[in-house]
Amino acid sequence: MRAALRHPASWWLLLAVGLLPLVWLLAQALQDQLGANPAEALIRALGDWTLRSLCVVLAVTPLRTWLGWPELLRFRRMLGLLCFGYACLHLLGYAWFDLGFEGAEMVRDIVKRPFILVGFTAFVILVALAATSSNRAVRWLGGKRWQWLHKSVYAVAVLAILHFWWMRAGKQDFAEVWVYAGLLAILLGWRVVRKLQRR
Amino acid sequence: MRNDTGRSGFIHPVPSEITPEAIYQTRRHVIRSLAAGSAGMALTAWGLREAHAQTPRAGQLAPLAAVPSAVPGALNMDRLTAYKDATGYNNFYEFGTDKGDPAKRAHTLVTQPWTVEIEGLVKKPGRVNLEDLMKWGAMEERIYRLRCVEGWSMVIPWIGYSLANLIKRVEPQPGAKFVEFVTQADPKTMPGLRGGALDWPYVEALRMDEAMHPLTLLAFGMYGEVMPKQNGAPLRLVVPWKYGFKSGKSLVKIRFTDKQPVSSWEKAAPQEYGFYSNVNPLVDHPRWSQATERRIGEDGLLAKKRKTLMFNGYEAQVGQLYAGMDLKKFF
Repeated sequence: MRAALRHPASWWLLLAVGLLPLVWLLAQALQDQLGANPAEALIRALGDWTLRSLCVVLAVTPLRTWLGWPELLRFRRMLGLLCFGYACLHLLGYAWFDLGFEGAEMVRDIVKRPFILVGFTAFVILVALAATSSNRAVRWLGGKRWQWLHKSVYAVAVLAILHFWWMRAGKQDFAEVWVYAGLLAILLGWRVVRKLQRR
Repeated sequence: MRNDTGRSGFIHPVPSEITPEAIYQTRRHVIRSLAAGSAGMALTAWGLREAHAQTPRAGQLAPLAAVPSAVPGALNMDRLTAYKDATGYNNFYEFGTDKGDPAKRAHTLVTQPWTVEIEGLVKKPGRVNLEDLMKWGAMEERIYRLRCVEGWSMVIPWIGYSLANLIKRVEPQPGAKFVEFVTQADPKTMPGLRGGALDWPYVEALRMDEAMHPLTLLAFGMYGEVMPKQNGAPLRLVVPWKYGFKSGKSLVKIRFTDKQPVSSWEKAAPQEYGFYSNVNPLVDHPRWSQATERRIGEDGLLAKKRKTLMFNGYEAQVGQLYAGMDLKKFF
């Protein structure tokens, strides 16, 4: 398994798997298979995949330590950028299909719907992380500062759950929200426990 | 691909050449109306064909015959929403909060036998069988816009009669000022009752003049057939100038009162949902704008949303009910 993870093809394979949901959604959109309200279906599915990829990227370090597979580190940047990519498409879908790219409308909507502001804040943090994801950025910032900056992905996790929870609050339908909240709580909790043990 | 059937004399129609039943029915109707009337009348009938023929049946449930309604404003000329969308995408929290849930789960609803209890301030209270209730008015087809408070809309051909028919028949007492509608709440067949969004049973209400308005429909069917379970079988209310949630589904009780009832959504979130809940593009929901809506099935992925109309486009018919009222206060 570890030899397979070291193989150059595994990186490309994982990327392809990560892009499968996008391909699937686009195929459904083109064939008019997204149901009665395709705009809503597409925006929500892209949000779901942003959240799922966030869970995956946050699982890299715990899995690496737990399994003793340092090879997993190789995929972390790509998984993080995949999460950013889905977040971009989620926001693009909202701005395009929901608001028709009307700036004034968007500002009004963000003021009206705080859960959108929460999601947007998470997106701004993701932009900063994606922009500093290259090796050059690590050198430029220095390892310590870079690590400190990239710990803000934990804030993204909290904001993403808040965004999702608030969006579902109208119908008080939190079953799915608790699944993701539980997953992320385990992934972040593991880090807290490890930090405390190291002291 | 070469499809050589010439020699055998057996010619297959290509699927695209087969006329869909709906179009074929419309053609038959046009031919019939041409045959029946003078040329001038027939042409008028053809121009207003939506207004003169019942919508072709969806071919899913038992037929329910009706004549096109003569009530002003009752026959909207917008394109009909596809039956698949109208029956596959809606809210009916008794079966779950996802808009796909009712279509998936409502098959458990038992609609036979069904009785409706009429109680409160009326001279003739009692329990009425569905079969008898269906005879209390002549079945009319009405094509109404439906605007959901969530920001989407449809155009649906309902079948039923004005609620006013029922109200006159049971003879309200002078003190009756409001009509309350109680809907079915059966935990055995309705899995959504376990959800915490609302108190059950779901209750809605109208002011007496709203309930008596000819556009307020007691509906028993749609698309030429009896009401599908997921849309509120066997009978429901349809109040086209109010947000969809005001139109209770699967009614079991109609109660006449002197005090303004508290409807389910008003009780759950009084700052968000008022008693009136008239469609109004100028009064936003606290959490989102109501200025625009997405017409299901018609506006494609890239189409702009359409502007929401005052009273959902029924201002000419119902505006006078609210003359002098501050609609921002009485939302």
